[in-house]
Amino acid sequence: MTKRIYRVPLALVLFVSGLLIRDGSPVRTALLFAAYLIVGYDVLLSAGRGIARGRVFDENFLMSLATLGAFVIGEYAEAVAVMVFYQTGELFQGYAVDRSRRAIAGAMDLRPDSANLLREDGRTDTVAPETVAVGSLILIRPGERLPLDGVVAEGESDLDTSALTGEALPRAVKPGGEALSGCVNLTGALTVRVTKPYDQSTVSRILEMAENATDRKSRQEAFITRFSALYTPVVVILALLLAFVPPLFLPGAVLSDWVYRALNFLVVSCPCALVISIPLSFFGGIGGASRAGILAKGANYLEALAKADTFVFDKTGTLTRGSFAVSEVRPVSGTREELLEIAALAEHHSNHPIALSIRQAHGAPVDPARVRDVTELPGGGVKATVDGGEVLVGNARLLVDHQISIPDTEDTGTLSHVVASGVYLGSILFEDEIKPCARQALLRLRSRGVNRLVMLTGDSEQAGRKAADGLGIDVVHAGLLPQDKVARLEELLDQPGRRGTLVFAGDGVNDAPVLARADVGFAMGAMGSDAAIEAADIVIMNDDPCKMASALDIARRTVSIARQNAFFAISVKAVVLILSALGLSTLWMAVFADVGVTVLAILNAMRALRVPREDSGCACDVSPALHPAKAA
Amino acid sequence: MTKAFRIQNLGCASCAAKMEKKIAALPGVSGARVNFMTQRLTLEADEERMGGLMKDAQAIIRSIEPDATLVFPL
Repeated sequence: MTKRIYRVPLALVLFVSGLLIRDGSPVRTALLFAAYLIVGYDVLLSAGRGIARGRVFDENFLMSLATLGAFVIGEYAEAVAVMVFYQTGELFQGYAVDRSRRAIAGAMDLRPDSANLLREDGRTDTVAPETVAVGSLILIRPGERLPLDGVVAEGESDLDTSALTGEALPRAVKPGGEALSGCVNLTGALTVRVTKPYDQSTVSRILEMAENATDRKSRQEAFITRFSALYTPVVVILALLLAFVPPLFLPGAVLSDWVYRALNFLVVSCPCALVISIPLSFFGGIGGASRAGILAKGANYLEALAKADTFVFDKTGTLTRGSFAVSEVRPVSGTREELLEIAALAEHHSNHPIALSIRQAHGAPVDPARVRDVTELPGGGVKATVDGGEVLVGNARLLVDHQISIPDTEDTGTLSHVVASGVYLGSILFEDEIKPCARQALLRLRSRGVNRLVMLTGDSEQAGRKAADGLGIDVVHAGLLPQDKVARLEELLDQPGRRGTLVFAGDGVNDAPVLARADVGFAMGAMGSDAAIEAADIVIMNDDPCKMASALDIARRTVSIARQNAFFAISVKAVVLILSALGLSTLWMAVFADVGVTVLAILNAMRALRVPREDSGCACDVSPALHPAKAA
Repeated sequence: MTKAFRIQNLGCASCAAKMEKKIAALPGVSGARVNFMTQRLTLEADEERMGGLMKDAQAIIRSIEPDATLVFPL
C-alpha cells in the first residue's frame, strides 16, 4: 500500500530498461520480473491472503490472476505494463477519493476548536466547547468562529453567516440579538451568554446531519450495488468459459489466445468504478448544497427532489415574512399616536410578533413604570394595567370574552383591538408582507418544470387568496387547521396522473406532520429552529425562497452526474468486454476500463460539489432582523 | 443504541458494500451502514451486545480488506 508513489517510477525504470534489451535475453526477463514484483508484490500478497480466507473475486485476486496469466502465456512485457498501469490508476484513485473526501468535508467544516470562557474577574479561559455550561458568558474576538449558540450580552459586530446560510452579506448583531454557532465574528468583540449546550447547538446538529446524510442511500446507489454484486461473478464465469470452451470446439483456436481474451475479462470484471461512481456524486452534491446553505438529510431526498413537479407551500413565514407589520391604525377617538402608545405600553413585555410590530410602529421608548399586572392571554391578546386603568389589546375573541362589542370590518389582514377602561379606542391592522423574492422564486420553479404550485394556509380565505394572486399560485386552500393541512396534502399526493414527486415547503412551525408526509419536506429559515431541522428532509438555513430553486438545480445536477457516471462506467466496461471477446482488446484497455474509468468518474463526481452561484441574481432582503418571531 | 466508528484505510467502495452486508447479517445487529465516503461504520444493536459485535465487525472488515481497521469511538 504505502510508498506506491516510489515503487511505480522505480518499476517503470526497470520495465523500460528491460524493454530496451533484445527479446529472449534472460536479462530482459529478469528485469521485467523484478519490475513486476516491485510494483505488484502487495497486490499478490493481498490476493494470497484473500484466497487463504476463502475469498475470491476481489480486485487483488483478479489483477494477480490476470497478470500471472499473462506471464504464463509469455506476454511478459504486458503483464508488467498492466500491473504498473493498474497501480498508477490506484494511486490516482486513492488521491482523488481522498481529495474529494476532504473537499466535501471541508465544505461542511464548521467545527469550532475552543471557546473563551469569561471568568468573573474578567479574564478568559480557553476551554473545549463541550464543557461550557448553559448560562456562561463566552468571549468571541473578531475573526473567531462562534463555538456555541447564545444571545449577545455585550458588544456589537457583524457576523458572517455564510457557513450556515450560504449568504454572503454579513448580519449585524447587538446586545439581545441571537448569535448562532458556526458564524464567524467579523468586526467587534462580542460577549455571548450561552443558551444551549454544545451537542444541541446549531453547529453540532448540522455536522451530525451532514455526516448522516450520506448514509441514506439513493435508489441509484442501491441499484448499482445490486448490479455489481451480480456483475463480477457473471463476468468471471464468462472469462472461464471464454478461456476453455472455444479452444475445445473451434478448429484452429489457440489456447493462449483465448486465455488472453479471458484475462481481459477478469480485469474488466472489477466492480469498483461502478460502486463508487454514484455515492460519490451524491456525496459531492450534498457537500455543494451545504455550501449554499441547503442541508439535505440524505441522497435519497436529493433524488426525490430532482423529480419534483408539485410544490406545496405553507404561507406564513415561508412565502411571507411572518412579521405582521402594522399597515393601518384606526383610532375611534383620539389620535393615531395615542392609540399606538397605549397598545405599545400594554404589549411592552410581550415577545409575540404582533407586540413587536406595535412597538416598532410606535417607535419611541415607553416608560415601563406605567405598566403593571400584565397577563398574556394565549390566542387572544394581552391584558394590562396602564396608568391605573385596565387595557385590553387583542383579537375579537378577547373582546367578546370581556363583553365588549366591536364594529364590523371586512379586512384581509389581522386585526388587534384596543380597549381602555371598558372604552373601545380603535384597532390596529397588520399585514403580513410577501417576501420580496417569493414571486421570483416561484417563477424559477415554474421555469424548471414545476407545474403545480399550491398554497396551504391557516389564514382567512381573503388573506390567502390575496397572497396567492400576488405570487401566481394555482390553488389555495385557506382556513386550515394543522390536521387539515395533512388531509389536503394527502389529496394532492393521491391525485391521479401525478408523475413527479411532491415537495412541501414550510417554516417548520406546526408543519411537522405535513413535512413528514410529503415526498420531500423543505424547512425554510431553519437556522436556530430545532423543530424544523428535526422534521424536514431538506433544510434551508436562511429565509430565501429562491433557495428552493437552487436546491432543485443542485438535485437535478447531482442526479444527472450520477447517471452519467453509471452510464459511462457500464458502457465502457461493456465495450471493452465485447472487444475482448472478439480479440480486439488489449490488457491495457481492460485496465483503463477498470481504474481509468474510476478516476474519471471521481473527477466527474467532483463537479457536483461546485454549485453555480445562481442565486446571487436573486436580490432578496431576508435579514433576520425582520423576523422578530424567530429572534424571540 | 447506535454507535459510529471510523474505518481507517478503507480503500475500495465495493468492499465497503460487502462489509455492510456481512455486518448487517450478524445476529444481534439491527442495522449497519458502511459509508465509503465518510469512512464510517454506523452500528445499531443492543447495548450489552455492542462490545462483542464490534469485534465481529472488526473481523469482517479485516477479512475483506486486510489493511482496514476499526477505530473507536469516533
